[in-house]
Amino acid sequence: MATAAPPSRPGPPLWLLAELTYRCPLHCVFCFNPVDFATQEQELSTDDWLRVLQQGRELGAVQLGLSGGEPLVRDDLEVIVAEAHRLGYYTNLLTSGVGLTESRAAALKAAGLDHVQLSFQDSTREMNDFLSHTKTFELKNRVAKMIKAQGWPMVLNVVIHRYNIDHIDRIIAMADEFGAEYIELANTQYYSWAYVNRDQLLPTREQLKKAEAVTDEWRAKLDGRMRIFFVAPDYHDGKPKKCVNGWGNMFLTVAPDGTALPCHTAKMLPGLAFPNVREHGLREIWFDSEGFNRYRGTGWMKEPCSSCEFKEQDLGGCRCQAFLIAQDAEVADPVCVKSPHHDKVLAAVAQAEKAAAAPRITEHPLVFRDPANSRRLAKTAS
Amino acid sequence: MTELTADSQPRVGHGFRLQWEPVQGCHVLLYPEGMVKLNGSAGEIMQRCDGERTFAAIVTDLEQAFGAQGLEGDVRAFIDIAVQQRWLVWD
Repeated sequence: MATAAPPSRPGPPLWLLAELTYRCPLHCVFCFNPVDFATQEQELSTDDWLRVLQQGRELGAVQLGLSGGEPLVRDDLEVIVAEAHRLGYYTNLLTSGVGLTESRAAALKAAGLDHVQLSFQDSTREMNDFLSHTKTFELKNRVAKMIKAQGWPMVLNVVIHRYNIDHIDRIIAMADEFGAEYIELANTQYYSWAYVNRDQLLPTREQLKKAEAVTDEWRAKLDGRMRIFFVAPDYHDGKPKKCVNGWGNMFLTVAPDGTALPCHTAKMLPGLAFPNVREHGLREIWFDSEGFNRYRGTGWMKEPCSSCEFKEQDLGGCRCQAFLIAQDAEVADPVCVKSPHHDKVLAAVAQAEKAAAAPRITEHPLVFRDPANSRRLAKTAS
Repeated sequence: MTELTADSQPRVGHGFRLQWEPVQGCHVLLYPEGMVKLNGSAGEIMQRCDGERTFAAIVTDLEQAFGAQGLEGDVRAFIDIAVQQRWLVWD
């Protein structure tokens, strides 16, 4: 599986994201799991994960994200956390909170879990429960208290879109009341389920402007008590993001079936082979595999990227976004104003403005993330 | 939190963890979903901030370890930055 290595040897994969499972009790309309998740059922065993953790640590990985799906559905989560802690990882649990009981929280604390990131859909019960298609709002409130009681630092993560962006003031206030150390106002990134539902989720420019102003007011008011991360809305900004801080630069994701990926959506890219941790060691995967080397650095770029003054800053943006919007993973990220495909992004934003102005006429129903929809979408794609 | 005095006993702030990373060859400060790489002198200062040693003792210890004099100003300058970032706290 060796291919030509890029000119300079990459540093270590400092961030290891372990997607333990695609199983999830929630059905969020913006989920970043692949739309065909229901067709991928072969999860890694506990021993596989312990081996991956060991190999990752030897390579220099130090931040470990335990994610999913809902990682709490794995009953070996405590075993995985304990081994990660023993190896010296800083362990981050990324959870919806569903499945976290007092006794499980205590067991995870004893295993050495360092931090919990709790996702919320909204500050209101109605919208939280509608967007996740579950009755989980009260539960999340209880879980937030449990997290604080265990002494964990807490990050609240709220994915932001047209339906909740106008509640941002209340969302930040809620996070502050919970005593969160950080809140991530994560403007939706349009991949996977969020891409399916993009026309409905994209906020208007006016909404974004207001949300940013409210966020700035809160920053001044909080005076550092809680930090606010406002993930840039790249469709509106016209500026590509340095996706995962550079392809194969510091992130390594292992999907539930063991596929090793430079980011959690890269598997959608056609014609690229990604190795599986069942057959290959992480060292070989990180340094020598075609999948990880393909878009490292700037050598793969075409115009307008290859002569662009910002190419080192954004590394051409996101390959998955290029593929989704322009059907070509090798071109500039279409959110960039210099991209010849930028009109498609502008059209999507314009469509959103229109839909927001006349919701009942133009909207399609939201597609909830569930196994039945997943199998249907997988069939349409193949 | 009070002003830094000779008797202050700084320690690593809640939710942060300081550790030596052999692959990177430096001390790092870990926190939720993030990491700060510390340069040599920052690492030397931070690893002495154990909540036991006083600011005065940390300075003396560093001066002895590196055969240097008059480090107090530099150490104070770093601690000022660290406390703003909440990397360090004291009672």
